[in-house]
Amino acid sequence: MPATESNFKRFVEVGRVVLLKAGPQAGKIAVIAEIIDHNRAIIDGPTTGVPRQSFPYRHLTLIPLRLTKLPRAAGTGAVKKQIEAEGIVEKWEKSSFAQKRAAVEKRRSLTDFQRFVVMVAKKQRTDRVNKAVRAAKKA
Amino acid sequence: MPLQEFQVVGRHLPTEADPTPKIYRMRIFAPNEVVAKSRFWYFLRQLKKVKKASGEIIGVNVINEKKPLKVKNFGIWLRYDSRSGTHNMYKEFRELSRTDAVKALYQDMAARHRARFRSIHILRVVEIEKTDDIRRPYIRQLLTPNLKFPLPHRVTKVRSTFVANRPTTF
Repeated sequence: MPATESNFKRFVEVGRVVLLKAGPQAGKIAVIAEIIDHNRAIIDGPTTGVPRQSFPYRHLTLIPLRLTKLPRAAGTGAVKKQIEAEGIVEKWEKSSFAQKRAAVEKRRSLTDFQRFVVMVAKKQRTDRVNKAVRAAKKA
Repeated sequence: MPLQEFQVVGRHLPTEADPTPKIYRMRIFAPNEVVAKSRFWYFLRQLKKVKKASGEIIGVNVINEKKPLKVKNFGIWLRYDSRSGTHNMYKEFRELSRTDAVKALYQDMAARHRARFRSIHILRVVEIEKTDDIRRPYIRQLLTPNLKFPLPHRVTKVRSTFVANRPTTF
């Protein structure tokens, strides 16, 4: 590795947590267990339902999380132990990245009527906020 | 064209002069059994005085990869006919199985040398177990300890240009 600090924040490396963008497990996270070449890696997600497989980087998103102590070419059992020890799944679910994705997903799954209900609820919220602000200004 | 590795066993038909002919076995990479048998006769008649009309195939088996989830480095020796002559070559591939490596080899030969399946003979496919035995720098660079690299140029293609959309009619 170069001695100078890189401007990049996320790297393809063993232990890097990735988000799958395609395939039957799209939307789930997994961990890079071994780098095959410049285009593919072996990924594994024993706690998230992603079977161990070769996957192209083209269909992966690198996530700012990583397992720090994962050795190269670790088996599914070792990967599982590390993921549980570092609480990667909980960290991911708490991150704003995951929460935004969940919100977008939820919004997409709503029907037309449900979107209308959300719109009314938002209006009611702004109305109450505005009234409170006015009362506070008067006082 | 997904490739498979076949073990093809065959021999010359027994004759009065030779009632127990020698049995030959080959490991052949082919898309299916028919091609595997054909390639067996093609190679055998180049090497020995046996041809399809005077021989028989004893058995064809598929050889599966023992560990299809382990990343391995393969060295492949090959011989190919270019437009001007015949060349021997050695190439290395980093893949999950022998068949994947051979598949990658055919793609690579087609890309770099415009060589077709019919003009390539695979001589030997060997898994290289020691890092020191890797000869090619393009494979060696992937074996550096603590390898890491960024993905600098990510082009997100949201949807295909020509894709059907359901109309919204409300």
